[in-house]
Amino acid sequence: MEDLRFVDVFGETGKGRRKHDYGSFVYRYEAEITNVYSLTDKEKLYQIQISDQEKRKRFTFRPGQFVMLELPGIGEAPFSIASSPSRHGDIELCIRAVGTLTNYLSRVQRGAKVGIKGPFGTSFPVDEMFGQNVLLLAGGLGIAPLRSPTMSVLENRSRFQEVDIMYGAKRPSELLFTYLYDMWRKFDINLNITVEESDNQWDGPVGLITELLEARISKADSSFADHTYAIVCGPPVMFKFVCKMLIEADIPMQKIFVSLERRMHCGRGKCCRCNIGSTYTCLKGPVFDYWSVMNLKEAI
Amino acid sequence: MIFKICRKEELPKLFDSLSANHIVGPVRKGTDKEGKPIIAFDIANDFNELELAYPSTKFSPKKFFLPYRETLSSFDMEESDWQEHIDFNIYKPHVFFGMHACDINALNKLDKVLLESVYPSPYYGSKRSNMCIIGMDCEPQPFCFCRSMGTDTALHGFDMFLTALGERYFVEILSATAFNWLKNLNTRDPTEDDHIEYMAAVAKRNEKFTARVDTTDLTKILDMEFQADVWKKWGEKCLSCGACANVCPTCYCYGVEEHVDLDLQGASKIKHLHSCNLIDFAEVAGGHNFRPQSHVRLKYRYYHKHRGFVEAFEESLCVGCGRCGEACLADINVPEVIASVRGEGG
Repeated sequence: MEDLRFVDVFGETGKGRRKHDYGSFVYRYEAEITNVYSLTDKEKLYQIQISDQEKRKRFTFRPGQFVMLELPGIGEAPFSIASSPSRHGDIELCIRAVGTLTNYLSRVQRGAKVGIKGPFGTSFPVDEMFGQNVLLLAGGLGIAPLRSPTMSVLENRSRFQEVDIMYGAKRPSELLFTYLYDMWRKFDINLNITVEESDNQWDGPVGLITELLEARISKADSSFADHTYAIVCGPPVMFKFVCKMLIEADIPMQKIFVSLERRMHCGRGKCCRCNIGSTYTCLKGPVFDYWSVMNLKEAI
Repeated sequence: MIFKICRKEELPKLFDSLSANHIVGPVRKGTDKEGKPIIAFDIANDFNELELAYPSTKFSPKKFFLPYRETLSSFDMEESDWQEHIDFNIYKPHVFFGMHACDINALNKLDKVLLESVYPSPYYGSKRSNMCIIGMDCEPQPFCFCRSMGTDTALHGFDMFLTALGERYFVEILSATAFNWLKNLNTRDPTEDDHIEYMAAVAKRNEKFTARVDTTDLTKILDMEFQADVWKKWGEKCLSCGACANVCPTCYCYGVEEHVDLDLQGASKIKHLHSCNLIDFAEVAGGHNFRPQSHVRLKYRYYHKHRGFVEAFEESLCVGCGRCGEACLADINVPEVIASVRGEGG
């Protein structure tokens, strides 16, 4: 009788959490929701701390990367990190209550234990942008993934030339991070906000983000396009128009970055749900330069 | 590679010597309306249960390495804390008896994406590591186009491969494990005549392939024809039922859902295989669907198999087993779809 040897892939060698170990697929940080702030009716900012102090210090990520947030019994979902990379394992996630997990999360109190997997995905190359102008364009909840690169830019403000944030929302009541606007302006950032539908208290511009961008491009000098990076995140329809305008303004494709949203179940290139062609948004994205996006069918 | 010759009567002996392990093979499950046997991969307890001369199976053997439903982990929940227990759901080595070349190649392709990449899947990896494969040559069926996909022969990914030559088998041995099995069998080294007979058998088999797919420049053609109207024609036929993915040996996409026990003390995370043809495949929370129309989903399936995967791994994800075409209720099959995209045929 030939009894074959049973192979335990999770034995001594497979347990590691480096990207090529089997353990990396199931590795999870134990974390705790330390604070919850309501930003609007639907969006909340969750401060999440990795429980183990050593692991918290070693947790590093780059702006634009995402984590999988796990609530046992409810599910696991990807969220872009909205806090500064310099804060390590004290991360913040800005989440809209829209699905099963996020609606459950909106009822969770501080102190709740959650799981954090990651960080995953590509990032905005903030270091590459040193010495250049930066345009940050956000639509609606798209401001959440842009908050991390914005924080990175603020922390290194002197290394950048002109920095513009253009932000468009449906209504003034849906604007996120309103408490940060004064601080951003103090850091010499040109912050322009537009809404589609105004209310009695709103005294800013009314219209689409493309109008803000058009105004910005029209007053730019001739060398602007050669020294400018753009970061774009928003609903699918916004990418189409904003990226087109940036290209028409002669900003090179490889200097325009977008952060794409797709359905994800694993975040680690196995479930195939976030595929665009055969490109996994979780591995090759969520941050793509516009050249890669152009080469992906049906990306935007 | 080591070659041997053994008589067909030796095979039950091999089966018995391996029967301490789970043996999976083509087993007769019933008869169809034409009275032909329906064969499926399942655990075989006796050599006589195996139908080694089977033409093809409706389903691929993937339920043994990519189960349709699999519990990824379970949770113990206390007041405010919880513990996760992970189980890879494999406890014994499995011997696969009589796998055809297409299914062996399917495993090799799955390895590329599930194991030889970042974050390898331990769920698949543990089942794959505990798998021994005895391959078996096959009779090309009218729907088989594996020869076009280059998967009509298996070059690696098996332990032993058997090709029938009259009353004996031409045995290819690829692993030390399989070499050790030979001590239980009466085998001899092949002679020059055996080689000639083997090559004649292979040549005869090659002539029997009727279905073909022209893969020349296919990645470029698919890119050029991305907006072509033929996709809409196929999309109108497609029922978005996902039967093709169900029977496909290389479709691996999945969804995860979690269930809380009724006593609220525990929960489990369950993975279920999905299909990119199902309507909710690319729908995100909030209701935006990135592929709302059936022709866009069908097109995506072909792009992933025949273009995207080629770009990533320099080979197609399709092994040409033709099961999707056989299972399709709307009569959509790969050779016809690809031909129409190339502008050939109807």
